Amino acid sequence: MLGLSAKDTGFLLFVTFLTLATPILLQPFPETSSLAQFNAGYPDLMQRFAIYGIFAIGFNILFGLTGYLSFGHAAFLGVGSYSVVWMYKLLSFNVLPGLILAIVLSGVFALLIGYVSLRRSGIYFSILTLAFAQMSYNLAYSVFTPLTNGETGLQVYTSDPQILMGEGSTQVPNLFGLVMQDSIKLPVGDWLFTFNVGYYFTAVIAIFVFYISLRIFRSPFGLILRAIKTNRTRLSYAGINTRPYMLAAFVISGMYAGLAGGLLAAMDPLAGAERMQWTASGEVVLMTILGGAGTLMGPVLGAGFIKYFENIFSKINESVLHDWFGALPEPVRDFLIAIVSPFVGDGWQLTLGLLFVLVVVFLPGGIMEGARRIGSIFRRKPAAAEPAKLPETPPAVAGDPAGE
Amino acid sequence: MTTTSHNVVLHVDDVRKTFGGLHALSDIDLAVEEGKTHAIIGPNGAGKSTLLNVIVGRLAPTSGAVVFDGHILTGKQPHEINQLGVARVFQTPEIFPDLPVLHNVMTPAFAKRDGSYKLHIWENLLDEKTIQEEAESILQDVGLWERRMDHAGALSRGDKRRMELAMCLIQHPRLLLLDEPTAGMSRHDTNTTIDLLKKLKERGMTKIIIEHDMHVVFSLADKISVLAQGRIIAEGDPEDVRNDPKVKEAYLGGAN
Repeated sequence: MLGLSAKDTGFLLFVTFLTLATPILLQPFPETSSLAQFNAGYPDLMQRFAIYGIFAIGFNILFGLTGYLSFGHAAFLGVGSYSVVWMYKLLSFNVLPGLILAIVLSGVFALLIGYVSLRRSGIYFSILTLAFAQMSYNLAYSVFTPLTNGETGLQVYTSDPQILMGEGSTQVPNLFGLVMQDSIKLPVGDWLFTFNVGYYFTAVIAIFVFYISLRIFRSPFGLILRAIKTNRTRLSYAGINTRPYMLAAFVISGMYAGLAGGLLAAMDPLAGAERMQWTASGEVVLMTILGGAGTLMGPVLGAGFIKYFENIFSKINESVLHDWFGALPEPVRDFLIAIVSPFVGDGWQLTLGLLFVLVVVFLPGGIMEGARRIGSIFRRKPAAAEPAKLPETPPAVAGDPAGE
Repeated sequence: MTTTSHNVVLHVDDVRKTFGGLHALSDIDLAVEEGKTHAIIGPNGAGKSTLLNVIVGRLAPTSGAVVFDGHILTGKQPHEINQLGVARVFQTPEIFPDLPVLHNVMTPAFAKRDGSYKLHIWENLLDEKTIQEEAESILQDVGLWERRMDHAGALSRGDKRRMELAMCLIQHPRLLLLDEPTAGMSRHDTNTTIDLLKKLKERGMTKIIIEHDMHVVFSLADKISVLAQGRIIAEGDPEDVRNDPKVKEAYLGGAN
């Protein structure tokens, strides 16, 4: 089905189900419980999961398959955001024209940057992409201020033309009248589930681009990208010109990043140059490696993991810790708070950094490798009961063992 | 296929290659006839692999030219040279270690079918039945079919070499360059490989083979060129070369 094997179709359906059920799955704790602050099922965060998931899926097509590490993908994120806000300013608050422009423009940008950067490989490629992204970042603050509105950031003003806006048109981002920030709140017992238009819009797009990525992974194109990662020289002696393949992978992943940047502005009609900063480029690298580069699901999980940390762990401040350890005797409580507090709240990046180090050292394949290892522990038992399968004897091709 | 059996497909014309002050190749002239197996032998460091590197475009000659089937190869990219029908097995196996054996063999088939690039983004690899069947049949020929799902990096050195041979054969090359194709193989596997190469000869494939194992050379070669210190010191059919005093000196002189 859909050009996929039965197994992959099942996988896609599973991912679709998880994505659509996210508002329920991420809300496991009742509102009244003290663990409710660990719930992640609120619109703003779920939108970020989906958007950064898209960013990481695209990045993985380049980094996961070909092994070429780009440190400049945030530039495309920025291009996407500016495109969408410009379409708000010129046309209307309908997100669709902006998203199309975001994909096209970031594709053109990726073609230019990729064409130059791919003349080098390894660390030099990474540095070139980083240089281009930092150039874009600085240009957004200087030469391109008429386009980017510099430090203030690009936003919509009442004086903007907005030629497609009628009298009663919505004044917030929408898709043909469906307002992105609208939500339906559904209380079930002590639980409260929020179904947000913006989340479902990004979720449907995320499922679609995940499907595209799955197709790429299973295609001959994907095979050649993997072959580039493992031995690029060999490919050229096998008659393959690797440059166009690399450039295609770079442009595709740039378009994913542009789409993600566009969606950020579709949820919140602002665009600032800080989205292009190198830290944002580094973040997608972390997401991909943490989840498992080269795996389909890994980067999405990595993106979710980091965004969860950024938004949930950062909220645990000292008064929250006081609540947790309140029942303990005072010296113990103060001791525990002193130990834990540097790692939570504003210190969430410290915890993330430690986790990242642990993953890279002990699980180089990321979260996905961890999941596989756990899976194989459960599978080993029944397998050991069967007799080990002996290799079959090779078919007789050889003649007499002549010579000796 | 051409009707004249003495049609020369590969001309190496007065090729010289220097690395700094080192003359790796001097005044090399070579004519490889269609359908023949041309062996290049010589002591270590004689320039045999350098010569193959010049032919496949890995190294540019300092002077001289290589002409294959009317095309000047000198200055062409490796993938362009392969697209003309020249395939090579390297001295140290050049494979895709992280890919399964089957995919290693299928990859060059795409280059053969689609040219040096075609972006098959929307097709599923599982639907490439023709290429997969061909790869499996060639893996049977080289005796690696049972291991088609294993990662190529896990193969033994001899098996990697046979797989690399399969990677070349799936392209049905017009000229196959073999750099020590049996090094690291057991006697049994060596004989299997010799039989396979003999079969290819029956199908009319032109080959250049570099080999240290004289058993392999004399089983396969129609013509032998002897290289020593970057020069061809003798050339002829196997019997002549075997009895040439200069060859004895280059080989046995070093051994004594």
